[in-house]
Amino acid sequence: MSISPQTTDLSPQSRWWKPLGWLAPVVLIGTQAFGLLSSPPDRDMGHLQKIMYVHVPVAWNFALAFVVVFYASVRYLWTRDERHDLLAASAVEVGTLFTGLTLVLGSLWGRMTWGVWWTWDARLTSTAVLFMIFLSYLALRSFTDDPERRARWSAAVGIFGALNVPIVYMSVRWWRTLHQVQSSPSTVDPIYAWGLRLNAIAVLLLMTYFIARRYEIARAERLLEHRRDSLALGTSPEAVHA
Amino acid sequence: MSAAASWTRVSAVAAKDLTAERRAKANIVAVTSLGALTLLVFGFAIGPDVATLRTAAAGILWLSVLFSGVLVFHRSYQIELDGGALETLLLYPGERWEIFAGKLLANLCIVLLVEAIVIPVALVLYHVSVPDTWPALLAVIMLGTLGFVTLGTFYSAMASRTRSREVLLPLLLFPMLVPVLLAATEGSASYLVGNAMGDAGAWLRLLVVFDVIFLLGALLVFEHIIEA
Repeated sequence: MSISPQTTDLSPQSRWWKPLGWLAPVVLIGTQAFGLLSSPPDRDMGHLQKIMYVHVPVAWNFALAFVVVFYASVRYLWTRDERHDLLAASAVEVGTLFTGLTLVLGSLWGRMTWGVWWTWDARLTSTAVLFMIFLSYLALRSFTDDPERRARWSAAVGIFGALNVPIVYMSVRWWRTLHQVQSSPSTVDPIYAWGLRLNAIAVLLLMTYFIARRYEIARAERLLEHRRDSLALGTSPEAVHA
Repeated sequence: MSAAASWTRVSAVAAKDLTAERRAKANIVAVTSLGALTLLVFGFAIGPDVATLRTAAAGILWLSVLFSGVLVFHRSYQIELDGGALETLLLYPGERWEIFAGKLLANLCIVLLVEAIVIPVALVLYHVSVPDTWPALLAVIMLGTLGFVTLGTFYSAMASRTRSREVLLPLLLFPMLVPVLLAATEGSASYLVGNAMGDAGAWLRLLVVFDVIFLLGALLVFEHIIEA
């Protein structure tokens, strides 16, 4: 096990994200209420349509989380600055959570609309594959002890995983298609569109807060690891810092 | 770094792996037997109905290649871990991608050898006859195998050096291989019935795209993962 000297500053950042922890839930409650109250029941789906206000914003945002993963992973291999690794790992955790949430919500909706919990449709299947790819990313991290090795390997898995997303999607789409054209403000009635847009922003705020908070914790954990290493080596943390 | 010098190193790594494999014959025999056994067990699972067997043949064949291939990849790095062989290998002059290319080449030979035995077994067990379009079918098999071995060689470089490597490699590899599995299965199935739907070309192109992207990606990123 190699002990990498601490080269980057991991001390807590300014707590800019603190107010976000209050703002995001409040905004989300507000936009959910707006979505629920402003829209009439759908002609075919009735009030079941309301699940769209969570399902679709969460789905958009998990895609965004994996863009962050790809960017941070490439940056890590480029610069070897471990903060990028910690950011990528935080984004994977939150992105995986959101992907799982998308699957569960979609499954509930599918049971009521299509009559089945699961169908081998393109978007469902590729979302499930994506979920598995990033679960394995988290598994690799937890099975690798050496921090530098963990960082390099996760960056490779993160880049490959993100590269594979469009290919998985294409392949599964050719294989089978049933999912309705995805909901976007242009495919839904204007009365639903604003509820969708506002909820997307609210979920984005919430996700930003989650990732920022997780990133802060990851930095604190790494700082602790560095301190422990330097104690074991008999050098004071300050000496390593300088 | 001239191309000839690179090729010398790539082939040296491949020859080393193949020699080790040839001297431990038991391993390849066991891997191939597992592939054949998988075909047999899946046959029990779907029953003796000839029409059903034929429909499922391509998918089951690829699954059996996947299961036996995972063992091949494990072994490729397992032999490097004994006696610190990997450190010695890394000390030799040359680029890191050459080590990857050499291991890829050796694994490709071994998996193709396994397929050369498993595919005829599948043809017999699942009542499939070789179609007239067999050159195209061969292209699907080659491209599918290349994509599979590329990612397998790459991911096992990491998974084989972790705790609980037996579970980690399939966990990392199988979701990534979904496009290869789909394209190879659907492509093979199409050519087995003479490309009646005319969709096999699309699967062939998908395999080419997948292979090119991940072959280049693996050659570029390998140095970062092998040194850690």
